[in-house]
Amino acid sequence: MAEVLVLVKPAEGKVGKSTLEALTIARGLGEPAAVVVGAPGLAASLQDRLAEFGAAKIYAAESDELGDYLVTPKVAVLEQLARSVSPAAIVIPSTQEGKEVAGRLAVRLDNGVLTDVVGLDADGTATQVAFAGGTIVKSKVSRGIPLVTVRPSSVTPTPSPSTPAVEAVSVSLAESDKLAKVTERVAEAKGARPELTEASIVVSGGRGVGSADNFKLVEELADLLGAAVGASRAATDSGFYPHQFQVGQTGKTVSPQLYIALGISGAIQHRAGMQTSKTIVAVNKDNEAPIFELADYGIVGDLFKVVPQAAEEIRKRKG
Amino acid sequence: MNIVVLVKQVPDSGGERSLRSDDGTVERGGSSNVISEIDENAIEAALKLKEANGGEVTIVTMGPSQAAESIRKALSMGPDKAVHIVDDALHGSCALSTSKVLAAAVKTLSPDLVLTGAASTDSVGQVMPHMLGERLGLATLTGARKLTVDGSTVTIERQTEEGYEVVTASTPAVVSVWDTINEPRYPSFKGIMEAKKKPVQTLSIADLGISADEVGFAGASTAVVEHSKRPPRQGGTRVTDEGEGGVKLVEFLASEKFV
Repeated sequence: MAEVLVLVKPAEGKVGKSTLEALTIARGLGEPAAVVVGAPGLAASLQDRLAEFGAAKIYAAESDELGDYLVTPKVAVLEQLARSVSPAAIVIPSTQEGKEVAGRLAVRLDNGVLTDVVGLDADGTATQVAFAGGTIVKSKVSRGIPLVTVRPSSVTPTPSPSTPAVEAVSVSLAESDKLAKVTERVAEAKGARPELTEASIVVSGGRGVGSADNFKLVEELADLLGAAVGASRAATDSGFYPHQFQVGQTGKTVSPQLYIALGISGAIQHRAGMQTSKTIVAVNKDNEAPIFELADYGIVGDLFKVVPQAAEEIRKRKG
Repeated sequence: MNIVVLVKQVPDSGGERSLRSDDGTVERGGSSNVISEIDENAIEAALKLKEANGGEVTIVTMGPSQAAESIRKALSMGPDKAVHIVDDALHGSCALSTSKVLAAAVKTLSPDLVLTGAASTDSVGQVMPHMLGERLGLATLTGARKLTVDGSTVTIERQTEEGYEVVTASTPAVVSVWDTINEPRYPSFKGIMEAKKKPVQTLSIADLGISADEVGFAGASTAVVEHSKRPPRQGGTRVTDEGEGGVKLVEFLASEKFV
């Protein structure tokens, strides 16, 4: 059975959920071979989890300098493997970096690329959701092998235990791979909440939340539900919440099991980032707010009354 | 400093958007067409650099003849001139072919900096900056929320999931920006009048040394098999809070097993 290369995206030292999803999708096309690119020891630390989700092989490209450059080390490794093992497909988690890796790799291999796919058939037909969730498109790579990035939360990761051999891959970066150098990385405290694009529940606040201080209410509900916190563009532009948590056309696209929109009117800018959520709940005092057109459950009311009461009720039920 | 800004015309995301039933390409005849939102931030970033360092800002657009409207709009913000790549053979081009065409056009301008929006609002593919960087052999710095140029050194700050990182390279370079980088200016009346007189060079693919079988449907590396409108989401239950909205909310969450 042909190999399907899956680029591993570590998240806080573990195998990210998006990688488990990519492995699950890859199994439909062949034997997943996980590709780990990073500092020495990374592959060993991820091995058990990759094995649990069906990696039949692990390629470990490890060196200290690989983290110093954007995108290009991963491209170099995937290019090298694509040429040496002739994979049936290449599957990459669809983060900004993942899409960039795929784009650059596509040029190097002169191979078509499809981004943000939500499904991949055995014959390589990929499903994408376009225009803020309004259109479903099925496409194929017509030159080369399926080279796709998989949108987070597209499939439920399912275990498929295997016993992968780890194969070291030596990477040599060309000078042209070293043009953009990362000179500084600054970690910002983000607490224990799940990553926005990977969370199964997201609680977001909008203009109606009114202030940065009031966002504590959004965070409180999120924490009770084990959810990630998001914000509409109106909220981030007003400085209520940091930009990296923006959900929408110019922010993150999320597709959780449950999306709770608090004080968000539901402009297209926002809908574009959350419309494919499984269940949508909205609280807004404006009965005309477009968010209600997509909400499975909507409460017309003052979020400053509804949300604290909901939080209290959840606490009560949790005992 | 010689700056090229790539500008894409897209259907307005506020209107009805669809794919054409005959060939699966983006319908450009229906709703109004506008500059892809984040490209305006790229234009603004270019104008700020020009104001600080002098030089010239050139808009480069690949698109059908109607994209000329967006080019004029872009020029009214302040850039000096534009290049419009327009050719019937380009219809149906995939991202790879598009990057080939754009790279060829950018090359003729020998810029110090190529600026783009980080993503277009229609395809949201985010692949173009790196495709161009790869084809042109240029450093590629993406997703800037801050951009500085000091002599021949370009430095950006970009948001990451963990915090942020600082990335640096020597010019020439490709830099993509997010909308967090600045607030694009509105064209002034003077700017709108001046834009009418600014030079817009139109180029065909032959002018760029590219043949028709390398682009359009003939040269495409991906193909749409089928597409359909997704049924719009139906609003579900809506209740008005009469003092127990919070409890009702949790009851709904419990019924769906979220609590």
